[in-house]
Amino acid sequence: MKKIEAIIKPFKLDEVREALVAIGVSGMTVTEVKGFGRQKGHKETYRGAEYKIEFIPKVKIELAVADSLAEKAIQTILSKSATGSIGDGKIFVSDLSEAIRIRTGETGEAAL
Amino acid sequence: MKKISILATLFLFSLIFFNAVGWAQEAVTPSAMEEPAPLAPPVEAAPAPAEVAVEPSAMAAEIVPDPSGSATGSASDVAAAVAGKPTVDEVAAVAGHNRISINIMWTLLCGFLVMFMQCGFAMVETGLTRSKNVAHTMAMNFMVYAVGMLGFWICGFAFMFGGFGAIGLFGGQGILTNEFTIELFGKTFGLFGLNGFFLSGSSYDVTVFTMFLFQMVFMDTAATIPTGAMAERWKFISFIIFSFFLSMFLYPIHGNWVWGGGWLAMLGQNFGLGHGVVDFAGSSVVHMVGGWAGLAGAIVLGARIGKFGKDGTVNAIPGHNLPMAFAGTFILAFGWFGFNAGSTLAGTDLRISVIAVNTMLASAAGAMSAMVYMWMRYGKPDPSMMINGMLAGMVAITAPCAFVNSLSAVIIGAIAGVLVIWAVFFIDQTLKVDDPVGAISVHGVCGAWGILALGLFADGKYGDGWNGVKGPVTGLLYGDSSQFIAQLIGVIVNFTFVFTVSYLFFKALDAVVGNRVAPEQEIEGLDIPEMGALGYQESIQDKR
Repeated sequence: MKKIEAIIKPFKLDEVREALVAIGVSGMTVTEVKGFGRQKGHKETYRGAEYKIEFIPKVKIELAVADSLAEKAIQTILSKSATGSIGDGKIFVSDLSEAIRIRTGETGEAAL
Repeated sequence: MKKISILATLFLFSLIFFNAVGWAQEAVTPSAMEEPAPLAPPVEAAPAPAEVAVEPSAMAAEIVPDPSGSATGSASDVAAAVAGKPTVDEVAAVAGHNRISINIMWTLLCGFLVMFMQCGFAMVETGLTRSKNVAHTMAMNFMVYAVGMLGFWICGFAFMFGGFGAIGLFGGQGILTNEFTIELFGKTFGLFGLNGFFLSGSSYDVTVFTMFLFQMVFMDTAATIPTGAMAERWKFISFIIFSFFLSMFLYPIHGNWVWGGGWLAMLGQNFGLGHGVVDFAGSSVVHMVGGWAGLAGAIVLGARIGKFGKDGTVNAIPGHNLPMAFAGTFILAFGWFGFNAGSTLAGTDLRISVIAVNTMLASAAGAMSAMVYMWMRYGKPDPSMMINGMLAGMVAITAPCAFVNSLSAVIIGAIAGVLVIWAVFFIDQTLKVDDPVGAISVHGVCGAWGILALGLFADGKYGDGWNGVKGPVTGLLYGDSSQFIAQLIGVIVNFTFVFTVSYLFFKALDAVVGNRVAPEQEIEGLDIPEMGALGYQESIQDKR
């Protein structure tokens, strides 16, 4: 099993979710986050005092998928969330050692 | 379902039944209905209207409903010994009562408007400060209403107006006639009043009560200003004690000097300086008092953690809710109609139209000049400065609103809109005093501008007999330089007295209870440490 973490631009969330569900992903967790990479923040002024906005609002999607679905899921996220401009985000993939469905106690790929 | 159907059916039947009874009653001859009893003649003190014998011919009059209103209200509504045929004396009595009624009603209704400004201040301050402190900021603005009112009722009103004299516009008698005075340079200097404590004794009078309500909401406007300058690090107990002090002593004593017949008002009678210090609705009595008390408090408290860098750079701490601040500003602008126009204490004084228009023009000019200035200087129109600009315009016009023409009102407001920005920068960057919402700049600085502006722009069209001096109130630009000098004295005395007394009181308070919260509490947010409750519940907790 693989854990896929994707940090994407917030307005891309609906598109990515729809596409992932269409290829068979059965669930995901979404959090609102802030971050920066090469897309830097910018300066604003408030009542004559300058301040920097260093973090950009992003959305993080986390999903656990079977190994067989992982590559397809990654490609889907890539194709749906990319805009071509800086700040499109990143995808992190890690091995998932265990997954458990709380209601039934199922483990492994049956829990996904 | 069955229960509901039964209830619904019963309800429908009772509706039909009672309507039928009503129709049946209407069909009954008019003799079964009472003619409205005329008002008791004014000579009697009895509250219940006396039953007057109705002439038999009137009993047979048919009922003519009056949807347009043109037939309702007539000579028969004037209390008369002979119903429907009042004498001239009886009409005069009603006319006099009506004149007084209009004045008292106007004053009370305007007072209700000013009371609602407390909500405006609460929203502006909370919107311009951080979310971790909302319960505390709101609580200060909320309790200042209760604390201030009680302090004013206990002794503040008596100190301020105890020697005011008969309130002629309310048809009042000489109840508040005990002014404590001293003799200096052969002249009488009124210092404070001594009638009206707890609104007891002879103060239990409708004219005094009207005056109390109106003056109390003005005092509370002053009391709420320091909560803005001292927000986000002021200990709640210190705020409570200071607010009592302001309402009981600080505000009333200075207020007596300008509005209570005290020595600043008498500079005209005593020393020929114009009409003495003139402040129509309170640029100095209310706004400067709040502003300078706020300055003293902000200095004693110190800046919020993180406001100034070690090298003195000013760090921005943006407010958390601009819509709240904007909405609060509109509430203030609305209430200000009561603040300024109500200060005539007379709905029969039609100068209220000029006052109201001057007020709105100054507010617009202030917002406009502030917006344009920030836009040109920083490339974007700054919302919080728009807010400060509108408020600054209104504060500045508060003193001169009754005495200037509309062009002067626009100029006064426009200057205030830029002056407030310069003041914010000066206080922030030069004095290094942290004022989270610009209260000192809006109320202290622009209040002083308003007082001086009166001394410049008063055009001699109103105010004959003000403070006992014949002739209308006239400023420097219209030929009277002595008024400007009186205004200048007023500004200097106000600042010196209010700032010094506040500063000393805050220092004493610091030694006794401490003014500032602990640093860890300030960083965590004041809501839990000071109030025991989060203003904004964290969303996960909401799910329980």
